[in-house]
Parts: sequence; structure tokens; C-alpha cells
Amino acid sequence: MLPQIIFGYFAIVMVVLSVLIVTRKNPVHSVLWMLVLFFHIAAIYLFLNAEFIAAVQIILYAGAILVLFLFVIMMLNLKHEVTSDRYIGEWPIGVALGLSIMLFVIFAITKLVPGPLGIYTIELVQEETHTKAIGKVLYIEYLLPFIIASLILLIAIVGAIVLAKKRT
Amino acid sequence: MVPLEWYIILSAVIFVIGLTGFIVRRNIIIMLICIELMLNAVNLSLIAFSHYLQDLKGQILVFFTITVAAAEAAIGLAILVALYRNKAVVDADKISEMKG
Repeated sequence: MLPQIIFGYFAIVMVVLSVLIVTRKNPVHSVLWMLVLFFHIAAIYLFLNAEFIAAVQIILYAGAILVLFLFVIMMLNLKHEVTSDRYIGEWPIGVALGLSIMLFVIFAITKLVPGPLGIYTIELVQEETHTKAIGKVLYIEYLLPFIIASLILLIAIVGAIVLAKKRT
Repeated sequence: MVPLEWYIILSAVIFVIGLTGFIVRRNIIIMLICIELMLNAVNLSLIAFSHYLQDLKGQILVFFTITVAAAEAAIGLAILVALYRNKAVVDADKISEMKG
């Protein structure tokens, strides 16, 4: 019973926070609600036995990406945006589209058949420690995608510098 | 034990809220935040599947999603800064040069 209550708390708070993020007028408020949401998501990762991912979630999302958003909002002058209309004129169409996609997904979930179980049971991961188990899979089985991910980050660095520098 | 379906439905609800926000908001910063919201919803479903199917591959995929999210945020915000420098708006409706 207790896991269901904890999950219910997290589910309700996360949905309310998502709605708050989408509907706030000031982008700074959206980013701060996003920070609260990321902490809740990290807690639910702990609930699912993914400690290392929870730490990465807080360090990378809350520590790096949200600070990047806040810096850009700080650099732009958004006085006019805060007073103008929040939504596009055709917003009922967007909401109807979202609701229909949600109904479709929930219908699909009722037909879900889980695949075969893998070898990493909770006892095995606990014995080996979570970080070591993830590291083994990442650096042995997924070495090439890992190198490609570093190339994606390189392109992001170069692209950000080229886009944001002043034309001379 | 919480069933797997609950996590997937929670993830789907958050994803749809992010998608709806991306469609209906005018402010480009909020649209980028909505993309981050959608990526987080997908991460949540990946971690839930990884836990319930006892396979670490889902968590590896979350690493790559976070990498792509960081790259996407950096590039998107750089485009936004360049756009603001040229036109001084962050309203998606006011950027209509390509309309012809």
C-alpha cells in the first residue's frame, strides 16, 4: 500500500507542476517550477533503483541546462513578452490534438505485453553496485554510441559559438 | 509493488502536456522548455521499463537522451540569442520571413 501512496503523491505533484510550467506567463517562473519537477523526477528514479541516473538528472538538468536557460532569459529583455498574449489564437485545436494523442497512448498501453526479462536482477545490481554495472554495459557493449555522443556534444559546442558570436 | 502501466501512463500524461504546451505557446523560450519536458517524460518511461524488465540498456539510452537534450538546449538557445539580436522578438508568430 505504501508504494502506491508514494507513487500517487509523485504523480499528482508532477502533473500539476507540468501544467504550471506550460501555463506561466513569465519564463523565469516556468524554469523555477521545472527545477522542482526535476527533483521530483530524480526522486522517482531512486524509487526505480536507478541511483546513478538520479544523480546525473540533478547535476546535468538542474545544474547545467536550467542555468543555461536562466542565463539566456537574463540576457534578453522580456518586458514586452510578459504583457503580450500567452497562447496562439488556435489554442483549442492544440489542446484537442494533445487530448486525442493521450487517449491513443492510453489505449495502446492497455494492450501492452512486456518482453522477456533481462539478466540484471536487483540482487545482481546491488551486489555489483549500480554505477559499476552501468559502466560495464556502457563502456563494453555501447562504446561506439558513446563516442558518437561525444561528437554530438562537440558539434553543439561549435554550433553554439558560431551562432551566438557577433558578425564582424 | 506499483504496476508498470502506472509509470507509462504518468510518462504519457507529462509528454502530452509538454506537446500541447509546445503547440499552443507563443514564447520560444517556453517552447524549448516544453521540449525538455517531453524528453524527461520519455526518460521516465525508459527507466521504468529498465527496472521492470531487469535490463540496464534502458538506463544507457537515458544517458544518450540527456546528452542530446543538453546539445539541443545549447543550440536552441544560441539560435534564440541570434534571432533576438536580429529582430528583438521571442514570439514565434512574429517570425514569418519564410512565409513568402
